[in-house]
Amino acid sequence: MGRPGEFLSWLALLRPGDWATLLLAASAVALSFPLFWAGGKAERAVVRLDGRVVAEFPLSAPRRYTVTGPLGDTQIEIAPGRARVLSDPGPRQYCVQQGWLTRPNAIAICAPNHVSLSLSGRDPSHDSINY
Amino acid sequence: MTASTIELKVTAADRRIARYAAAAIALTLVEAALPSPLPGVKPGLANIVVLVVLARHGWRDAAWVALLRVVAGSLLLGQFLAPGFFLGLTGALASLAVLAVAVRLPGRWFGPVTASVLAAFAHIGGQLLLARVWLVPHDGVFYLAPVFAASALVFGIVNGLVVARLLRDAK
Repeated sequence: MGRPGEFLSWLALLRPGDWATLLLAASAVALSFPLFWAGGKAERAVVRLDGRVVAEFPLSAPRRYTVTGPLGDTQIEIAPGRARVLSDPGPRQYCVQQGWLTRPNAIAICAPNHVSLSLSGRDPSHDSINY
Repeated sequence: MTASTIELKVTAADRRIARYAAAAIALTLVEAALPSPLPGVKPGLANIVVLVVLARHGWRDAAWVALLRVVAGSLLLGQFLAPGFFLGLTGALASLAVLAVAVRLPGRWFGPVTASVLAAFAHIGGQLLLARVWLVPHDGVFYLAPVFAASALVFGIVNGLVVARLLRDAK
């Protein structure tokens, strides 16, 4: 190596089909990263009140659900592939500001109203994901 | 009393295969001494010999060299019948299966680099499947698949270029 001519002499060993093979192989490798590192898909939204499951929805069709805690009503919004706490009577609104949850095991906790919203995937790999 | 003698006829092909296998085994031993960041990420230097044999003497001889390399190499490293041996054997069988198809590609268009890259992917693919079925029965092993695939691509290209150069320089 070192001299450009020597590098070119290595490249001369590649035949036309080899370039096609390399292109295909490189794109297969590039595609394998998002494929295997996607971390699974969230499939269900689970609503808990005082730690007990009060409702469970598939993340397929949009819908809204209201759960009543000690402070009042917490509204949950479900959309295809994601879910969020739409409104909550808690003073600091942390769970509302968390916005849409999209990954499995993500969780939004409205502690003052004793409500939590979490997503579950096919196999539970972590206890929770928080951001 | 007559001494019973068993005479094994050694053909020229046997000697040739033994010579190549010895070279492949030596490379296996050298490679075992190299530190690897991750089990499974290895240059696969012995495959250079297998591919040279494939190009010069055909698939049958290449299969002999590849399998002798796995068995004798594992004996020398004390890995015979250990999980690593079965992983290596599965990898070798998978890459031989792919090479059986790859030798039929038109040589004008496809050279040793194609054979080497395909064999490298088959090698790691076979090993991953065996690991998934037998050693780690969980889809978690596939988490490492992109890393293995990337290393198979890099080492496949490098080994293939070395094979192409050896074949050219020997002419």
